[in-house]
Amino acid sequence: MQYQWNFDWLANYMPVFVNGVAITIELILVGAVLGVCLGIVCAWVRALGPVWLKPFVAAYVELIRNTPFLIQLFFIFFGLPSLGMKLTALQAANIAMVVNLGAYSCEIIRAGIQATPRGQFEAGASLAMTPLQTFRHVVLVPALQRIWPALASQIVIVMLGSSVVSQIAVEDLTFASNFVQSRNFRAFETYLVATLTYLALAIALRKVLDGVGWVIFPRRKV
Amino acid sequence: MAQFTVFDILRNLLLATQWTVVLSIVSFIGGGLVGMLVLFARISNRGWLRLLGRGYVELFQGTPLLMQLFLAFFGLALFGISVPAWLAAGLALILWTAAFLGEIWRGCVQAVAKGQWEASASLGMGYFQQMQHVILPQALRVAIPPTVGFSVQVVKGTALTSIIGFIELTRAGTVVTNATYQPFLVYGLVALIYFCLCWPLSRASQILERKLNVAHSHH
Amino acid sequence: MSLIAITDVRKSFGSNEVLKGIDIDIARGEVIAIIGKSGSGKSTLLRCINGLETIDSGSISVEGAQLLTEARALRELRLKVGMIFQQFNLFPHLTAGRNVMLSQMVVKKTPKDEAAEIARNMLQRVGLGEKFDAYPDQLSGGQQQRVAIARALAMQPIALLCDEITSALDPELVAEVLAVVKELAAEGMTLVMVTHEMRFARDVCSRVVFMHQGRVHEIGPPEDVFTNPRTPELQQFLGMSQAA
Repeated sequence: MQYQWNFDWLANYMPVFVNGVAITIELILVGAVLGVCLGIVCAWVRALGPVWLKPFVAAYVELIRNTPFLIQLFFIFFGLPSLGMKLTALQAANIAMVVNLGAYSCEIIRAGIQATPRGQFEAGASLAMTPLQTFRHVVLVPALQRIWPALASQIVIVMLGSSVVSQIAVEDLTFASNFVQSRNFRAFETYLVATLTYLALAIALRKVLDGVGWVIFPRRKV
Repeated sequence: MAQFTVFDILRNLLLATQWTVVLSIVSFIGGGLVGMLVLFARISNRGWLRLLGRGYVELFQGTPLLMQLFLAFFGLALFGISVPAWLAAGLALILWTAAFLGEIWRGCVQAVAKGQWEASASLGMGYFQQMQHVILPQALRVAIPPTVGFSVQVVKGTALTSIIGFIELTRAGTVVTNATYQPFLVYGLVALIYFCLCWPLSRASQILERKLNVAHSHH
Repeated sequence: MSLIAITDVRKSFGSNEVLKGIDIDIARGEVIAIIGKSGSGKSTLLRCINGLETIDSGSISVEGAQLLTEARALRELRLKVGMIFQQFNLFPHLTAGRNVMLSQMVVKKTPKDEAAEIARNMLQRVGLGEKFDAYPDQLSGGQQQRVAIARALAMQPIALLCDEITSALDPELVAEVLAVVKELAAEGMTLVMVTHEMRFARDVCSRVVFMHQGRVHEIGPPEDVFTNPRTPELQQFLGMSQAA
């Protein structure tokens, strides 16, 4: 069998890919920032929060972690409108990613909080800080630093998982490659290009997150 | 058009669930076998083999599973085979699972204390004897909880095979939704079925891990 | 009127009663050393005074105000009574200066510049004026403990509780911390310290409390307690610590 590789089409479709990459980056940017914020709030509830709230957060976390992201996405995009919540595809994708990362990062961040030495809480209390002030100013940053590598890995996983948002017609990188291969009839090459682009994005995202870690955690030891 | 009762919907979904289960089991076992190869490449004393293993893991962990499914689907077609979706789905999921399991197990092998290597070497054991009698038995204990935990990812991963046309739970959900126009109910039920498949595995993993930690603290 | 009044304080952990009715009155400017074997309840007593442990019965009052378990009242109290810990408990992600500034800004809402000014003064006071921008892991144990003292002082407390503040230090670093405490005592700060430094207790303290099995076994000026121990338990304890 002789297969003739052909990448001539690439130049023509470059703008389509670039646009797809831009959407994928937008998705992970929103997803990561808001998802981690949600994760912090949920982790606080699970580790230190009011008892009555804990079962709700636990249910949310277990529900998300034990169902496929694709189904979460379909449920939000197709299911919620029947309750009167109209969402654009991009909004649905953003929400799905935030909700998904929120659950995973909750568990990761909780582990970081629970590894906090008791003395740190006592020092905060003895300086007349409220529990919430102690959490915000004393506990949170070292807790995030402890688990930052795991959190970064999870963010990369969510970025790669975002490829399924193409299924609700969000024009991300996967959507772009679906579009291109339907025009150039070069499916394998097209998806190969998209795959390698994702690989580059994953490596770049990892580096960016390492860099963010260097900036927000000035000290190596916690 | 016929009216669908909740029972009809559920029956159709559960019929498709069996394919999710079959594909999960095949992928997990196949991925485990290939994962063994990945593991041995990763901890080999040959540099090029380690590099190869590492490249494999980076590639499969650094790209979307959906892309791997597309490449398997269209890549197999390049060989002139008319590819059934189940074949592409199985192949991609096995290779993907192998990368993650291989990496999980590598971590477990490397968690075995260095002294164990040294002690067994000092007893005159060769590499394979060390592995067989000393290192792997210890690594195995540590490996079980995360391995069970990863099976959850495999079950969830099978949902993506619906996109290349494999008929399983997610695909059935879409088909039933299109027939009933009840996305909230149908996808809710689909999610519930996935949850029933995955949650026991998650719990088992957590319980096993707790047991292991307790056993460790008695040392 | 006594500054800190401890009256019939009892505290149990499960079935284990660690404080069995403690009565101590501490006047303003006094320096109290609490000594005793580990498990005698001395650290627990100190932690009760700062509300880190709740008491089961009895009462503790500071400046005439009863120590309550209600959160707001507790914070009011902690503004008046600072605490220094055995393990320093500096915040590892903040510089020495920031460690001292944090609670001023968060709790007292002191503007940043003013908090920094106070932090500089407090670090100066403990001899670490040049370490403002150093992180805790760049400091020796003795320096970290002095930062912790500066951090507590920045809240302008009327009393300081010191919980075995030299026990986690290498022997050569103990003196620098004790020198700071001695200076505070000379300036008239009210100090309650749990300590194993008998020589320091003898030289600096106005009164020594010997705790034994959850009770105040002996209390008095250091010369009495150290030279004329009345009970065999104290005699034995002092014998042990002199041998050690």
